[in-house]
Order: sequence, then C-alpha cells, then structure tokens
Amino acid sequence: MPVMGEPSGSGDRTARVGALRAATDGVRWWFSSVMGDNAYARYVDHLARHHPGEPVPTEKQYWRDRYAAMDANPGARCC
Amino acid sequence: MTTDTDLIRTDPDEPPVAVRQRVSLTPTARVTYLVIALLGGFAWVMIAIVRGEQVNSVWFVFAAVCTYIIAFRFYSRLIEYKVVKPRDERATPAETYSNGKDFDPTDRRVLFGHHFAAIAGAGPLVGPVLAAQMGYLPGTLWIIIGVVLAGGVQDYLVLWLSTRRRGRSLGQMARDELGRVGGIAALIGVFVIMIILIAVLALVVVNALAESPWAVFSLLMTVPIALFMGVYLRYLRPGRVSEVSLIGVALLLLAIISGGWVAETDWGQSWFTLGKITIAWGIVVYGFAASVLPVWLLLAPRDYLSTFMKVGTIVLLAVGILIARPTVQMPAVTSFASEGNGPAFAGTLFPFLFITIACGALSGFHALICSGTTPKMIQKESQIRMIGYGGMLTESFVAIMALVTAVVLDQHLYFALNAPVGLTGGTPETAAAYVNGLGLSSPAVTPEYFTQAASDVGEASIISRTGGAPTLAFGMSEVLSGVFGGVGLKAFWYHFAIMFEALFILTTVDAGTRVARFMLSDSIGNIPGARKFRDPSWRVGAWVCSLLVVLSWGAILLMGVTDPLGGINTLFPLFGIANQLLAAIALTVVFTVLIKKRVYKWAWMPGVPLVWDLVVTLTASYQKIFSSVPAIGYFTQHNNFVAAKESGAQSFGTATSPAAIDAVIRNTLIQGTLSIVFAVLVIIVVLAAIVVCIKSVRAGGLPTTEEPDEPSHLFAPSSFLMTPAEKQVAGEWASAGRTPVRSHAGHG
Repeated sequence: MPVMGEPSGSGDRTARVGALRAATDGVRWWFSSVMGDNAYARYVDHLARHHPGEPVPTEKQYWRDRYAAMDANPGARCC
Repeated sequence: MTTDTDLIRTDPDEPPVAVRQRVSLTPTARVTYLVIALLGGFAWVMIAIVRGEQVNSVWFVFAAVCTYIIAFRFYSRLIEYKVVKPRDERATPAETYSNGKDFDPTDRRVLFGHHFAAIAGAGPLVGPVLAAQMGYLPGTLWIIIGVVLAGGVQDYLVLWLSTRRRGRSLGQMARDELGRVGGIAALIGVFVIMIILIAVLALVVVNALAESPWAVFSLLMTVPIALFMGVYLRYLRPGRVSEVSLIGVALLLLAIISGGWVAETDWGQSWFTLGKITIAWGIVVYGFAASVLPVWLLLAPRDYLSTFMKVGTIVLLAVGILIARPTVQMPAVTSFASEGNGPAFAGTLFPFLFITIACGALSGFHALICSGTTPKMIQKESQIRMIGYGGMLTESFVAIMALVTAVVLDQHLYFALNAPVGLTGGTPETAAAYVNGLGLSSPAVTPEYFTQAASDVGEASIISRTGGAPTLAFGMSEVLSGVFGGVGLKAFWYHFAIMFEALFILTTVDAGTRVARFMLSDSIGNIPGARKFRDPSWRVGAWVCSLLVVLSWGAILLMGVTDPLGGINTLFPLFGIANQLLAAIALTVVFTVLIKKRVYKWAWMPGVPLVWDLVVTLTASYQKIFSSVPAIGYFTQHNNFVAAKESGAQSFGTATSPAAIDAVIRNTLIQGTLSIVFAVLVIIVVLAAIVVCIKSVRAGGLPTTEEPDEPSHLFAPSSFLMTPAEKQVAGEWASAGRTPVRSHAGHG
C-alpha cells in the first residue's frame, strides 16, 4: 500500500512488500503448523529419514491411525 | 556484543548440535531493558500509588508486559543457569524416541502454540473476574507476582523434570521420587482434584446458559458443527485442519447471529429457555457421550475450534483494550477484602484471593500438561524455558485482561451480576435495592438500569448471573462494541464471549473426563481379577469407567446447581483449593529432586512458592473446615442447618423449604469432607517428601530417575529469536543438506 507523502524509491517498496509477504507467510506457516495441517507431510518425511523402505500410509490412513492413537491415549486440557 | 560462545559437537562429521553462550548485554540491550523496567515501574506507580478516581486500564497492560519481559530475561535465566543447566548436546525424548507421532521434535514456536492452547482455557478468565470483588489491586498484584515467582517456576521445572524422564507423568514421577506412599497419595489426589475441577467448570457453563435461549441455541449448534467437521476430515478432505476449522468458525459465528433471531421467536423461547437442572443433565449426558464416542467424531474437531478461538479471541481482546482504553470503575481495594463478606465468594483477602485466582498466577493443573504431551515434543532442553516459563507468562497476561474487563464495569452492575440470587432477590427492583445498600463509591442505580443493561445484550435478565463468565462477557461486549460495531453489536459480542468460554470449558470437560476415565481403568486394572480394565479397547470397561467418572463430577455439579446458598459461592473455593493443592504436589516433587541432586543453594526457587502455596491452601482448607463463620466454614453451616431441621423450621437462611434445608445439610457435608480429603492427601505427599529429603541430605544426595545421556544429532535455536551464533550454525546445517530449524515443515 503506497504511503502518502512519503518519498520512497521503488526498490524500497519492493523490499517492504517482500518483508510483508515473508511476515504473512510466517504467520500462515505458524498457524497451519499449530493446527496440524502439515502433520502428514512431517510423518512421511520422518519415515523417509528413519525408516526408508517402510510402506508409507495414505493421508487418510495416517489420520485414522492418529485418531485411533488419541483414542487409546488421551491428552489433558487445562482449565 | 561480548559473547562467550562454545560450539558443541557430538559427531566430528556433523555441524554443531548446541551453541552454549554466556551473553553479557550490549549497551543497547542494557538501555532497552532499563527503559522497559522504568516503563513497567511507572505503570505500577500509576496503578498502585497514584490511583485517584481515574485509573486507565492501559497501565495494567504496561505493568504486566514490562514485568513479564524483565522476569523472562532475568529471573527465568537465573533459574536456567543455577537449576536447569540445559545441555543441548543431550538428545531430548522427542529426538531419542522419535516416531513421528507423540514423540516428535517440533519447532519451538509451534510447540509454544500447542502448549499454550493446552494450558489456557476458561480458568484464567473466570478466577480474576470473581476476585475483582476485592478491588483491582490485590488481584493484579497476585496475578503478576504469582506468575513470576510461582506459576512460571512450577511450569518450567515440571517440564524440565519430565523432559529428562522420557515425558513421564506427574503421578509416575511422584511415585519414582517420593516412594510408594507419596506416589499413591499423589495419584489419588490428582484424580479427585480432576473430578472437582470438571464439576466446577461445568457449573460455570450452566450458570452462563441458564434461562438464556440465545446462548443455549448457539452452544447446542456447536455439536452438529463439530460432527460435520469430524466427518469432513475423515471422509472428504483428511488433514485439512485449518480449512475445516475456518469453515467451523464461520458456522460458529452464524450460530451466534442466528441465536439472536431464534431467541426472538416464540418457539425459540419455549424450546431453548432451559433451567439450570436441565442444562446440568445435558452436560452430564454430553460428557459421557464425548468420552465414549471416537475422538475423530466429536472431541478432536471441538478441540480444533477451541484452539482457533483461543488464539483469535485473546488477540482480539488485547487489541480491544489497547484501542478502547477503558477507565477502571472498581476501587483499588474494597471493604470485602478485609471483612470477608463478599457476595461472589466468602472469606478475607488472605487466603481466599490467592485460591480464587489460581489459573494465571499458579495453576497445578499445568503440571499435568507439562508432564504429558509437551515434553515429548521438545527439540532441545534449552527451549524448556520459553515453552514452560514463557507459556505461563502468556496465560497470566490473559488473566490480567480478564481482570481488566471486570473492573471497567460499573460497580453496581458487577455486584448485581455476581451476588447469588439469595441476596439480590432476582428482580431488577430487589437487585437495585441490594447493590445500592452496599455503600459502593459510584452513584446509586435504578431498577431500569438493570433492565436496560439486560436488553442491550439481548438477555431477559442479568441479575445474579454468577460464575464469572457472564461478567466477562458483559465487560468484553462493552470493550469490543466500543471498538468494533458500536452499541448495536453489544448483544453479539456478549454471546460471542459466552460461546467461546463455554467452548473452552466443554473441551476441558470432555478431555478431562477421558483422562480421568483412563486413570480410573488403570487403577482398577491393578486389582487382582480386574486386569481386563487395563485394556483400552475393551468397550465394557471403557463404558463402566466413563460412567463412574461422569457420575462423580455430575453429582457435584448437580449439588452446586441446586444449592440454595448459590453454587459458585460455595464450590469455587473448593476448585481453587484443589488446583493449588495440585501445584503443591508438583512443587514438592520438584523440590525433592533438587534436594536429591544437592542443589541446596537454589532449592528456594521452587521452595518459596511451595511454602507459600502450602500456607495459603492449608489455611483456606482449615477455615473451610473449622471456621465458625457459617458463610465460610462448611461444618458450621452444616450444623446450623441440622439444628434448624431438628427445630422443625420450614425455611432457614436462603433455604426456603425443608427440601432445600436437607440439600444444604447434604452439600455442606460432602464439601467439608472433600476439603479434608484434599488437605490430608497433600499433607501425606509433603510428609513423604520430607522423609526422602532428610534421607537424601544424610546420605549426601540420592540418585534420581533421570534418564542417562544420549547424544543429540540435531540442532535447534533456544528462544523465540535466533542469536547470531545460532543463525550461523543453522546455516551450516542447511548447507550440509539438513534443515534442522524448520525440519519436516511441509509447507514452509
């Protein structure tokens, strides 16, 4: 967004837009990580690193297993 | 910067896994911290000394944030240097047992979010609101000093203990470190305390929903919304959690808005205007269903909604306070603080203020989270400080904001909302007469004032809406409607606040019921002949244990709902005592470990909050058991009502029928007995710890159950921002083709 009355070169503006984009990307990455959007990708990565050659479950199966594990081992939520 | 940096490697072919540095502050940093300290000090002067008629709420935010920054930088660092002594070359359980599921090294900033969502709920929103009856100053002081010296320390050190013990639970650690007797007492204590916590939180929801068709409708709608989200994630688009949560929140907002329409209709009023007893049974049935239904269907989606709302509304409230900058209406200290006759809860400032505000200052329940999921996800020991101590500071900030929203309300309104119906009489006329007779410092009000206030937020009445949630919702609607939307949106913001508080609480209720169910089935499974209970896939066992747990807290809930004395008034102290006694158990375990490790010189760090907490909780328990003031002592109240019954009285005090007299007799007996049980369990734990400590000192230290060292093979920065040395090491890992910082990050 151009700022009125503030002389700024176009290079400056590009830098500012870049910084803004980095910030929104950062917030989006943080939020989706907290919610767990990339949990499956992380798990696939984990398998590739530590258990190469083991069969990789589909995303659907991964979430089924994950919820089954939560069923068997609940975590507390505080007041 | 004068820095003393050591780079530590566990493998000569790998980049360093740890950066150890002792930083002495640069001149710029010194000046910055000095300015923060001065600003914080000035804010404290404005709140505590200058006072006057017009204290602006912004000073509370400044005093809190500046104190947190100084405490985080200096006090938590001192604890780190002297007690925790993190060694990042040592692998954490997340790294050692990494399975991509529960043990999973997680980016520190993401884990901070997870941890905060797990520790913060309705507790820090409710306690400070009730404590506001004693004025704004005592609560503010306790929330901020408490978190710095007690709450933050407990969370930090329990997380540290558990991380060094493969993420073991508090109960297991108590057994390992204190021996069999102390361990069993701690285990029973945790279970009983959990039951009372769930019951009182559920009572807060009941009070917020009773006789309010709007609130009941919008909360009921969360169930189909959660079911929809569960099915969406299971069958339509697995793994799209943010996406479905956004849809869920949009539906939630629609449910709040449509609640207003429904409450206007005749059928809406007749279907959704429910009494307290009906709602209480509804929550009991819901709790049972949520604990036996599969997680993916109800519990997990609700949890997503709850996390989303938690982060969102807290940011919203902070922005609202900073923009609206409302003026504080409550005096610094009210007469209820010294006389102990406050309507929201009985008892004098010491000890009852310190148990009414538990969450936000010192919350024992956190010890269960800090020894549960979080320690299994930490990448580096040096991150425990920002997660444990930093997370608790953030919760404390939530508590300060809740206090602000309560103290900016008109005093008459505050007391009309929070006094039980036995005092206000329940109508605008009687309530106005009651609050005008309290001798408050603001001008007297008319009955129309309360009728208008109720209709502004779309409710039939706001008299005696105890429990804290409606007060907070009212305060939030004043603050937020001043910033977004004006008076027209007041009713929306009120129900928005009621909705998210109810959502947080129900998340705690269903998760807590599940955890308690597993604790129960594990314990029953230890009895010979009942081993089958330990098998979590045995449905009958799961149903039986769930039913037992739900009935336990359900009975206490119904007791509170039907109590002629006003449930919150009698039960909230029990909630606070229970939570703080859990903190005593946690701090006792930490203290004992320090003694065993011979850290005598710094054992006061958990020792001082432990002694303070024991003095507060045991004094409160003593008064609740032995006080001769009926409003405080359960047994005095009990005996008075027994005497009244024997004399054949048809009504006594606020009990208007023989059945109500019987209810008080029964309730006070149960509450008094619970107080005794809690106190005795904690005394057993403390005595067991004293024995162990004496043994240890005589033997010159004892072994603890810390896991042996395992070399680490990953690198991660310690705090929110990377230091230059950490940036350099992270760069080395990146150019070696291994991305340690945002390792595994799919999207980023």
